[in-house]
Amino acid sequence: MIADDDIIIVDEMRRDLSMTERLYLPQIAQGLSVTFRRMIGTGRTIQYPEQKREPRLEEDLTDPGTQINASRYRGVHRLNRDPDGRVACVACFMCETACPAHCIHIEGGESPWPDREKYPVKFDIDELRCIYCGMCEEACPVDAIELTYEYDLVGHSRSEMVFDKNKLLDVFDNTVHVKPRKNPRITGYAGTGSPDHQPRRPTGEQH
Amino acid sequence: MIELLSNQLVFSFVLMLVLIGAILLVVAYSTLAERKISAWIQERSGPNRVGFFGLFRNFSFWGLGQPMADGLKFLFKEDIIPGRVDRPLYVLAPALMFIVAVVGFAVIPWGGVVDLDGDGVVDVHCQVANPDIGLLYMLGISAMGVYGIVLGGWASNNKYSFYGAIRAAAQMISYEIPLGLSILVVVLMSDGQLRLEGIVLSQIGEGNCWNILVYPVAFVVLLIAQFAETNRTPFDLAECEQELVGGFHTEYGSMKFAMFFLGEYTHLIVNSAFISVLFLGGWHLPFIPGLQPEDTSIWAMLFKMLVLGGKVIGFIFIYMWVRWTIPRFRFDQLMQLAWKALVPLSMGLVAAAALMVYFRVPAMGVIGKVFWGVLSNVTVLLVLLVVLALSRGRVTGRQDNLPTISLLDPAKPKPARMSQTRGRTA
Repeated sequence: MIADDDIIIVDEMRRDLSMTERLYLPQIAQGLSVTFRRMIGTGRTIQYPEQKREPRLEEDLTDPGTQINASRYRGVHRLNRDPDGRVACVACFMCETACPAHCIHIEGGESPWPDREKYPVKFDIDELRCIYCGMCEEACPVDAIELTYEYDLVGHSRSEMVFDKNKLLDVFDNTVHVKPRKNPRITGYAGTGSPDHQPRRPTGEQH
Repeated sequence: MIELLSNQLVFSFVLMLVLIGAILLVVAYSTLAERKISAWIQERSGPNRVGFFGLFRNFSFWGLGQPMADGLKFLFKEDIIPGRVDRPLYVLAPALMFIVAVVGFAVIPWGGVVDLDGDGVVDVHCQVANPDIGLLYMLGISAMGVYGIVLGGWASNNKYSFYGAIRAAAQMISYEIPLGLSILVVVLMSDGQLRLEGIVLSQIGEGNCWNILVYPVAFVVLLIAQFAETNRTPFDLAECEQELVGGFHTEYGSMKFAMFFLGEYTHLIVNSAFISVLFLGGWHLPFIPGLQPEDTSIWAMLFKMLVLGGKVIGFIFIYMWVRWTIPRFRFDQLMQLAWKALVPLSMGLVAAAALMVYFRVPAMGVIGKVFWGVLSNVTVLLVLLVVLALSRGRVTGRQDNLPTISLLDPAKPKPARMSQTRGRTA
């Protein structure tokens, strides 16, 4: 049973039509003028294959001099290289474990380099199975896997859309100048307010 | 060749072929124009991909190939006739719709009289047929346009289609009255002529001017009635997508559906030409040599056809502009607009025109005609609007006598209201 207090009546504005509104024709003329002004304005359409949307880039405040992708779009993955050009992944399997779509497949092997124990011998991501949730990049302890803003991801076959290590490293090489923006960190309540935030409910008072 | 063409029968036949081709072309590109105009109004681009078989790489001419692609698609689609339809009528309806719309072109005067061989003697009328009752013919033919819709709706054996058909019929009956009466105004003021060429000539020359300047209100009434007659938004209740899932053409597909569309757009063009002839002087433009009645060369004829075509295209634009601006009427609003507003208005206009004829206004020259015509038109319009506005009955509007439904227990006090008027509550 719904309590009466929970019922909110939103009044419809029931005023009588004014004289000009009841004459009707002026309103038609007004409407036509609105659409005519729309018609002569320029459209905002991006003609996709020829033109592409420019990624919205911002200066990265924590790392001056580099740019960060602010459009919050999560596109195809990249596998980052460390400053020496080696694959940054340490084959810890955190991303594979975190992945809700089970689209990441890693084969770890003993690292040839002295500064880490393991490295990925194989690193495959099935881009068709991926749901682009971004949990892999959140799980990664060394920021090796990241989602770029590249959205035009197409292929001719399913097998072609399984990206292996080299392909993912290539994506990094192509997008190296822009840092992907990670998900807002949920612990800081960045998007939703402070931890003690109460979602606002409609009340009787006028604000 | 010229001698052969100087025969009216041969000339009419040639003109007929030319017109059919031109109509099909204009109809095809009307579909593109409709999509483009709707796109521009909604700040989209519209179809702009189909060019001409890739002849011009990287440039598709704003989608100018689109009508051909659409036509091909319609032609090659499987032609499905659902079971339990009335087959003869089901097949006949789309054809009837298109044929009825096309035969209306027969009496449109496209280019006045023509002297083909230049010997100073008028040879032919640039018109497929030039009957004395051209106007009555137009009225009868365009009213028959509803037959295609009614037959299609009936034959489909589908209740939604049938609703659409019934609505179209009721709408047609209502709007034929203001249509006929507003045309009667023109007939009264041009010596009772029913010949369309004569009506064009009565708007040209010393002491005459275009009828739109003399009867602007009658022009608007006729335009609104033609919107209703062609089943265009805001009067397209016969094919509401939302309530009737397409109305009378729900059960039609492939080329039969395309025929309905062809018929609708052809009707649109013929109505545009008709209203141009009645109110905008047909092929005439003032002060421009080549467009006067005494210019009878073949080049003048082509120029005149071009001018009338331009006026038609202008009207097509207005039709589309209105279509994408004004939402559809509710059915009772549609009927109220016809019977409470347009019928009294057009009756008043006819009475005013009769008075003007009695006081010999048509012989008063341009200034007298325009003065008395506009004065009488505006007076009739204002009287009607004031009467309608003062009476509680509205031309259109919401139903005020609906019972108020309360969800609350009347014994308990009412909860706080969110706001007294509709406005922002932060």
